[in-house]
Amino acid sequence: MANIRVHIRFPEDKIKEPVIYQIGHEFKVVTNVRRADVRETTGWMDLELTGDSTEIERAIAGLRKKGVIVDPIELNVVE
Amino acid sequence: MAKMKALVCRECGKEYPTKAIHVCEMCFGPLEVKYNYEKIKKSISRKKIQDGPQSIWRYADLLPVEGPTFLGPHAGMTPLVRAKNLGAYLGLEELYIKNDTVNHPTLSFKDRVVAVAITRARELGFETIACASTGNLANSVAAHAAAAGMRAYVFIPGDLEAAKVLGNLIYKPNVVEVEGNYDDVNRLCSEIAGEHAWAFVNINIRPYYAEGSKTLAFETVEQLGWHTPDQVVIPMASGSLLTKIWKGLHEMKALGLVDDVRTKINGAQAEGCSPISTAFKAGRDFFKPVKPKTIAKSLAIGNPADGYYALKATAESKGAMDMVSDDEVVEGIKLLAQTEGIFAETAGGVTIGVLQKLVKQGTIKKSDVTVAYITGNGLKTQEAVSDAVGRPHRIQPSLVSFEQTFKIGKHGRGDV
Repeated sequence: MANIRVHIRFPEDKIKEPVIYQIGHEFKVVTNVRRADVRETTGWMDLELTGDSTEIERAIAGLRKKGVIVDPIELNVVE
Repeated sequence: MAKMKALVCRECGKEYPTKAIHVCEMCFGPLEVKYNYEKIKKSISRKKIQDGPQSIWRYADLLPVEGPTFLGPHAGMTPLVRAKNLGAYLGLEELYIKNDTVNHPTLSFKDRVVAVAITRARELGFETIACASTGNLANSVAAHAAAAGMRAYVFIPGDLEAAKVLGNLIYKPNVVEVEGNYDDVNRLCSEIAGEHAWAFVNINIRPYYAEGSKTLAFETVEQLGWHTPDQVVIPMASGSLLTKIWKGLHEMKALGLVDDVRTKINGAQAEGCSPISTAFKAGRDFFKPVKPKTIAKSLAIGNPADGYYALKATAESKGAMDMVSDDEVVEGIKLLAQTEGIFAETAGGVTIGVLQKLVKQGTIKKSDVTVAYITGNGLKTQEAVSDAVGRPHRIQPSLVSFEQTFKIGKHGRGDV
């Protein structure tokens, strides 16, 4: 079982969508929100995804397909 | 008890041993070093610092290393230049330039943080050091690794300019050109850091690495005769440098090295990548990530890891933030070069441009003791100013041609 930590951001039009719920249903991954700040026009979450590596990759691609921005937990590391 | 107590989560306060970890297992918040100030207070003094080496290691008591062996022995103690000409131009009575264009060995402030990171990495038993970078950080990691005899991996985007690639290759690290853009390199390096037991200076060694920036605050205070400045202007990429200068000033007060911290912290970004300054000016406590588009590439971090903390430090100090256009960046570089003889890279142009704005706005007052941080050498980003500096005067190889061009007679002097 693999485990990946990501920082995700929601554009304004995605704030109300149950994206995490959908990902948990569409892919064989366990979603675990550790920290979040969701407001009227912006939102982010620090999220842990656990499951088979391939399934995690698919779930991340699925998040992106839904318009969610997925970054490493460290945010930008290229300096 | 050791001077480092623990790594502590900046969000939930959970403590961890001082190993190569950077994210809180509980809340995923970033970790930073917690010191045993009571112990440090007993041994540190102004005299001990002044008797120390001419490098950042004179402040070893306040850096996250065990010692007594330090790698990167030449970083730091760069000049604090009294900028009389630029001060007069801007209308400031006491302006200083902290000149890290001459930091060693690779001519940027990154030599400070890398010296600390590589020393700590060696102490933790690592033999391989790595980083993801588009410029100054890669140069510094490659050079320090060569001198320390460590294996190095430097990850760069596939479309990086040839001059910058050469600046890494000369030290013979493993330069890994990733077929993809900045975001691809970012993601890959985060994954590699999770899989391989390497010291990624700005990922799993970040809590130690970032502390090296405090030495800019320590040196400034010492060079000002153990006084804190009224105002500082700091360029922001991840925002880490700004937060660490703030932390460093307060550590000096906590340890009795200065009586008071009166400093207002001001942050500078380029308009094409200004998520932190934009949030500050809008009165927000959070920033919105951006896609960078600026010539100030060393500051082009669209989703800055320490952005939130930079906003907090600036607000606490009652400072300000602002941003400048790319044209103003170029003008800033030229102004610093032509008044003080210091050729800065684009980040320096951002700092000078924002300094100028803050003076015009009245945020920085005429009598304020002000320090502007210039963090990298202009020879590294010559392309940014190549179209803005004019051409040489071309003359025939004769005295007449020379005197005609410069309108100089036998008994007079003149300029073109």
